[in-house]
Amino acid sequence: MQYLPNILFALTLAVGIGYFVMNVRKLSRNIKLGKDVDRTDNKSERLKNMLMIAVGQSKMVKRPLSGLLHIIVYIGFIIINIEVLEIIIDGLLGTHRVFQGIIGDGFYAFLIGTFEILAALVFVAVVVFWLRRNVSNIKRFLSREMKGWPKSDANYIIYFEMVLMTLFIVMNATDVPFQQAGIGNPISQFVAPLFDGFTPETIHTIERTAWWLHIVGILIFLNYLYYSKHLHILLAFPNTYFANLKPKGQFNNLESVTNEVKLMMDPDADPYAMPAEGAEEAVPEKFGASDVADLSWVQLLNAYTCTECGRCTSACPANLTGKKLSPRKIMMDTRDRLEEVGRNIDANKGAFVDDGKQLLGDYILEEELWACTSCNACVEECPVNIDPLSIIMDMRRYLVMEKSAAPQELNMMMTNIENNGAPWAYNQQDRLNWANE
Amino acid sequence: MNVPTMADMMAQGKQPEVLFWVGAAGSYDDRAKKITRAFVKILHQANVDFAVLGVEESSTGDAAKRAGNEFLFQMQAMMNIEVLNGYEVKKIVTCDPHSFNTFKNEYPSLGGKYEVYHHTQFIQNLISEGRLKIDDTNLKGKRVTFHDPCYLGRANEVYESPRDLIRRLGVNLTEMKRSRETALCCGAGGAQMFKDAEKGDKEVNVLRTEDALKTNPQIIATGCPYCNTMMTDGIKFKEREDNVIVRDIAELIAEANNL
Repeated sequence: MQYLPNILFALTLAVGIGYFVMNVRKLSRNIKLGKDVDRTDNKSERLKNMLMIAVGQSKMVKRPLSGLLHIIVYIGFIIINIEVLEIIIDGLLGTHRVFQGIIGDGFYAFLIGTFEILAALVFVAVVVFWLRRNVSNIKRFLSREMKGWPKSDANYIIYFEMVLMTLFIVMNATDVPFQQAGIGNPISQFVAPLFDGFTPETIHTIERTAWWLHIVGILIFLNYLYYSKHLHILLAFPNTYFANLKPKGQFNNLESVTNEVKLMMDPDADPYAMPAEGAEEAVPEKFGASDVADLSWVQLLNAYTCTECGRCTSACPANLTGKKLSPRKIMMDTRDRLEEVGRNIDANKGAFVDDGKQLLGDYILEEELWACTSCNACVEECPVNIDPLSIIMDMRRYLVMEKSAAPQELNMMMTNIENNGAPWAYNQQDRLNWANE
Repeated sequence: MNVPTMADMMAQGKQPEVLFWVGAAGSYDDRAKKITRAFVKILHQANVDFAVLGVEESSTGDAAKRAGNEFLFQMQAMMNIEVLNGYEVKKIVTCDPHSFNTFKNEYPSLGGKYEVYHHTQFIQNLISEGRLKIDDTNLKGKRVTFHDPCYLGRANEVYESPRDLIRRLGVNLTEMKRSRETALCCGAGGAQMFKDAEKGDKEVNVLRTEDALKTNPQIIATGCPYCNTMMTDGIKFKEREDNVIVRDIAELIAEANNL
């Protein structure tokens, strides 16, 4: 019977990790619903971006307060993983504080002491996060797309972190031999006296309970990620690696269009030519995007990576002037629709069955798309290099080229370009008049 | 004003140093034409051997592309590339950041590869080559703020050339709170110039003008004909046209040099 806790622990770990792996596979399948784009070039520059932006948090600190708080939580998260490793080994082998024996008291004290201080700092940071979200009237947390689940999701994450940090400190505070040794307990030594009146058995039970809740909590949190905006803690890394490296003003030249235009402009082309013998009857490619499968996998990865911080929206000139467009909502809508498509595929044995819905219209409105000035402020702002503008542009392309649904004034502008070579209805022969005026 | 065309040049068997791409706004818009003329005066003063396409110039297709009409954009691009390559153009300068961006970034993969300069970069080169000097006495001490055009700044990371030129005017350059990579759009980009704005509670150009007015400027400097229009309209809306003027950097240099 003495191995029961170890077996129980191994089972818990297996279930926790197994469920997570299952969801990661679903995530990967959903992202691969997107069209292919090549992002395998410039490996060193990509790596550098990832190291600077995701690992080094270089874009987070552009807003100093939230940047600093974020860095505390981020470092806490990364470093405390060493502690999690110890817990896992202890849990599996039935040891207690196994690292202490391996690395020696001095270094162990330094490590655990650091963890305790970080845990306390993380606790303070997330309390400030909670206050910012729930008490301060910070505009970007109050937008219409932040009602309901996005708001509670953010708060759940904060509560999770508060509870996990508390459990870690309590676990140390009630570990009597650890407290008696007096090494590496800079925070927990002040919590320990709270348990002074308890019997040794009760204290031990509290310690074991905190230990178990801590590791089970971590496993639950791990599995919560997939359902939450908190997924960014994993996806920020690939997302910054695969992000666009070209100048922000450079919009892609749709290749399918290039082929058609070349054919149109080629005086030798025979418009009535039959396809070559044996050539497959190609389905004409859809221009632009109306649903998630028309977007690229990078755009879909962007959607899963978005943590709804709203820095994009708070810099968007359209949003700042009260228009409906919010780049954050574009990303959230894309993720929501992609999730819906994923569930549809799961429910229909691996194939998508038309549900009469699409990203355009059911999630993102034309009014939002037409409010964009393509200024790239949202792209610049994003701490993890998400590109909402590319989605807006692909959807405009669909509206204009597939649906001929541009606003009337833009249709006039385009007709003018077609007929006069200028967006205004002036005669091309008058192009040089300015020289003689 | 003596403005040679590529066709004239070719007839004389000459190849100019640079093609000046005037752009639709610079050709037709009354306000933007002043920028065009100011830049030509600068080119003349520096003895730059340049030419324009004149009636052979057509829309770059930028506005069509941002509106989502990739077809029209590529048709325009391919026609322009045919003309430019026919004249063996190597170097292009333009006062319009939208044309600049499109030539620099979007034409190459369609067969149009050129050395492309925004006029502020080009003028900066003229100065560093010793071909042009800016008189720093005429505008001395004026309070100037510079509005970064999105398609020059964020889109292509050109922040320093316009500022370098402004400093050479001997003026007092003050920055808006939102500047360089965090600059606010003037409201005209993404083909917004050609349509009414969506419903909101303010116009973007008014918000941007308020940013500029907070620096208490005498002059708002721009580097884009569309920004110029938007900021000029903003100043009118704020009824400040008596004490604040909006000028392109080319106009300021022409004024400083008494051109």
